[in-house]
Amino acid sequence: MRHNGLFAKAFSVLFAVFMLAPLVVVIGVSFTPEGFLEFPPSGLSLRWFRAILDNPDFIEAAWVSLQLGVASATVSSIFAVPAALAIGRGRFPGRDALQAFFLSPLTVPTVVLGIAFLRFLSFLNANGTFVGLMLCHAIIIMPFILRLVLASVTGLDRSQEQAAVSLGASDWTVFRRVTLPAIMPGVIGGWVLAFITSFDELTVTVFIVSPTTTTLPVRLFSHITQTTDPLVASISTVAILFTVGLMFLVDRIYGLDRLLIGEGAR
Amino acid sequence: MTRRSRSRPWILSAPALLLFLVLLLVPLAMTFILSFHSFSFYGGITPTFSLENYIEVLSDGYFYEIFGRTFAIALATTLICAAIGLPQAYFLSRMHPFWRSVMLLVVLGPLLISVVVRTLGWAILLGNKGVINDALRDLGLITSPIRMMYTSGGIVLALVHVMVPFMILAIWAALQRTDPATESAAESLGARPWTIFRRIVLPQAMPGILSGSLIVFSLSASAFATPAILGGRRVKVVSTTVYDEFLNTLNWPLGAAIAMLLLVSVLAIMVGWNRLVERRFAGVFE
Amino acid sequence: MPFLQLSGLTKRFGDVVAVEDFSLAVEKGEFVSLLGPSGCGKTTTLQMIAGFEQPTSGHIMLNGRHLEEVPARNRGLGIVFQTYALFPHMTVEENVAFGLEMRGIDKKERARKVAGALELVQLAHLAKRYPRAMSGGQRQRVALARALVIEPELLLLDEPLSNLDAKLREEMQLELRRIQQEAGVTTLLVTHDQNEAMALSDRVAVMHHGRLMQQETPFHVYENPKSSFISTFLGKTNSLTATLKTTNDEGSALVCNGMELAGPPAHLRPGPITVSLRPERIEIVEAGEAVVSGPVIERIFLGDQWLFRIETPIGPLLVVRRNRGQREPEHGETVHLAWTPHHLRLLPKEDEAA
Ligand SMILES: Nc1ncnc2c1ncn2[C@@H]1O[C@H](COP(=O)(O)OP(=O)(O)O)[C@@H](O)[C@H]1O
Ligand SMILES: [Mg+2]
Repeated sequence: MRHNGLFAKAFSVLFAVFMLAPLVVVIGVSFTPEGFLEFPPSGLSLRWFRAILDNPDFIEAAWVSLQLGVASATVSSIFAVPAALAIGRGRFPGRDALQAFFLSPLTVPTVVLGIAFLRFLSFLNANGTFVGLMLCHAIIIMPFILRLVLASVTGLDRSQEQAAVSLGASDWTVFRRVTLPAIMPGVIGGWVLAFITSFDELTVTVFIVSPTTTTLPVRLFSHITQTTDPLVASISTVAILFTVGLMFLVDRIYGLDRLLIGEGAR
Repeated sequence: MTRRSRSRPWILSAPALLLFLVLLLVPLAMTFILSFHSFSFYGGITPTFSLENYIEVLSDGYFYEIFGRTFAIALATTLICAAIGLPQAYFLSRMHPFWRSVMLLVVLGPLLISVVVRTLGWAILLGNKGVINDALRDLGLITSPIRMMYTSGGIVLALVHVMVPFMILAIWAALQRTDPATESAAESLGARPWTIFRRIVLPQAMPGILSGSLIVFSLSASAFATPAILGGRRVKVVSTTVYDEFLNTLNWPLGAAIAMLLLVSVLAIMVGWNRLVERRFAGVFE
Repeated sequence: MPFLQLSGLTKRFGDVVAVEDFSLAVEKGEFVSLLGPSGCGKTTTLQMIAGFEQPTSGHIMLNGRHLEEVPARNRGLGIVFQTYALFPHMTVEENVAFGLEMRGIDKKERARKVAGALELVQLAHLAKRYPRAMSGGQRQRVALARALVIEPELLLLDEPLSNLDAKLREEMQLELRRIQQEAGVTTLLVTHDQNEAMALSDRVAVMHHGRLMQQETPFHVYENPKSSFISTFLGKTNSLTATLKTTNDEGSALVCNGMELAGPPAHLRPGPITVSLRPERIEIVEAGEAVVSGPVIERIFLGDQWLFRIETPIGPLLVVRRNRGQREPEHGETVHLAWTPHHLRLLPKEDEAA
């Protein structure tokens, strides 16, 4: 194993500082006792965390985001798993086109998706409804689930299923008892990644929320574009901690690098 | 079994296919049609068929500036990401396993945190009374603040932060497919570290750099949150312009036309890039 | 009517002909091996019997039933896969019970049968383990127990021993034969390993390019290969190109590289042929008794035997000698070789094989 020299080490440290700086600053600012943004904070206070409780609209938005993430990731998985099974194991005409179609939400600029959903939902008079949001999110996050489930389907040993069939199992039993358990890590990994993507989504969502049903990122965004006060920092800190907690959980279950390497290998 | 196995993939993917047809293709088609409608401030949208929106965009220097700025920002972001990502991915592949997993967490973790939150961090750092300007003033290096908020430079900086993980992942994936013994082989043949990097590592990392660049460029060209927060109304890019047309001016047809032009140009660049890559580097990709 | 009858079985994948006009009969309780080099269509044949591939044409009859009409899950065959295909998320016990569960057998009966099957493969003590925590040989036995517990009419084994290391493989060969005989189940084994095929089976069916070449007892196939492909595939042999001059009931006359040789009676027309001579049938003799002579050009010690290559007028010859601890010829030493004519096998010239 070769080792990195001094330059490489210095480069890596600087890079880590660059990557962490904005997060550290946000967390730092949220502990300020003052009424304005300051870093480093002049003291340690939970004032702005208490302030979250006085802003029920943020809590309401966070609640919507949470429900939206769970619902859309679940719905999307239900559609994606059979599709991944079809694509992952068949050579059939149209397979590559089908896969490209299901991955296309990654290629289309998000702002285009946003206005397309807005146009569609307002045509149906369903703009700003939870179901509308949920279905749109299900589309956007489908590629993430599909890719991870596909990876586990292609890694699946076909003969396990054949063994089950030879022992008399019906199609449904094979799926439930052999296939699904085997691809479960991929499904869980995909679900989590999809949940996080939905929970963080802004560009599409900003077009299709309504004042009564809005998500946390949209609420934060519209607050920041008007004013930046320590309140957004403290809310962001909570969001960061939530994500970090989820990350550790995922790392235990699935492996964080396995979850995310697919991001690059498009 | 043969007869059934032929239709089976289609039965399995039918629900997802239907969902995508209704909720993706139909909305995109409706938006495409919308871009040919006309809009007046008092009459609202009239369902005509005219090219007036496209003509308006293509004949106005204002829009050229916005499109130019958008692609310049995307290009700069891509180049910087490649310049940082290549060495960092290489160093990553040579790190002690413990430090590598720490570094991976540093690289990948931010991907899971909302872009809004990350951009908020940059807004706090870059402001006229922000952390960087304060520090520079305290050090006596400057007297009046350097303007970084509401500049293209600030947007590029924050976009690099958002995009560089994608570049590192792509390059790292390419490096992982290579045989580390090739470096030892070059060394045994007398190559110095820099030569090894240039002649052995770089060519093998190329597929990763190319695919990473494509991802970073297309995501940067359509980024919204970062330019919206750091650029505001002053430094507009295509996606923020579309947003304004839709939600402020309410000129949906014009917004749709701008969005369609963005879609077409991003797709054209992606296809062109893929063509180019395939032709130039056909042998490198397996 | 044989127990299992394959007739005219053919499978094409697009342009690739994987199996062509393959016919084979297996009697009840028999152990038959399908032997052939990798890619010759063995797995495809097995998959058609199992019902995972649909034959392009041909028929499969088992115990008087047409199998083509029966879906794979109702064929009731026991299959052991090359990768074992154990269900990783189930314990040994659950793996073995799976087939019984599918048959709706009640819990008590299931437990009894599973215990019996695990007893048979000597794994009763590991019933609660997960496959991950087992060695290759143990997994192999679990796979076998899982296939046997449903009391299949036919047991199909696809290269079951190829994932084991050499020593374990030999042990498992004996074990597999014992289990098969104890269960008395008709068995079709697929392998590219000639030793495995010969050690295990009542009959060997040699496959080449999707076709059946020969099916007989292992001894018969080894002694009387029908083609030079089989003679080289089963064991080591010297393949010589020769011309058949005359042949009658007494014997035949051959010319090999300008040298006249005596051979056994042949059912071939005079003309170019291939002669196969097993290296263990060649003896080192005194100068006066020699058929051919020449120097040793290679000399390899294999423990229980010596392997020589000797340059002779009819071409280089491989000679195998048991190691009995005596002095053997040195490198470069001239040796004299002889054999009895009926050890020569006269085979049609290669190239009609495919
Ligand atoms: N699903 C398939 N599609 C196309 N060709 C196949 C398929 N399965 C097997 N083949 C081809 O059929 C031939 C026989 O394969 P197989 O039965 O697996 O051989 P063996 O088990 O003897 O090694 C090979 O040439 C293989 O490439
Ligand atoms: Mg095979």
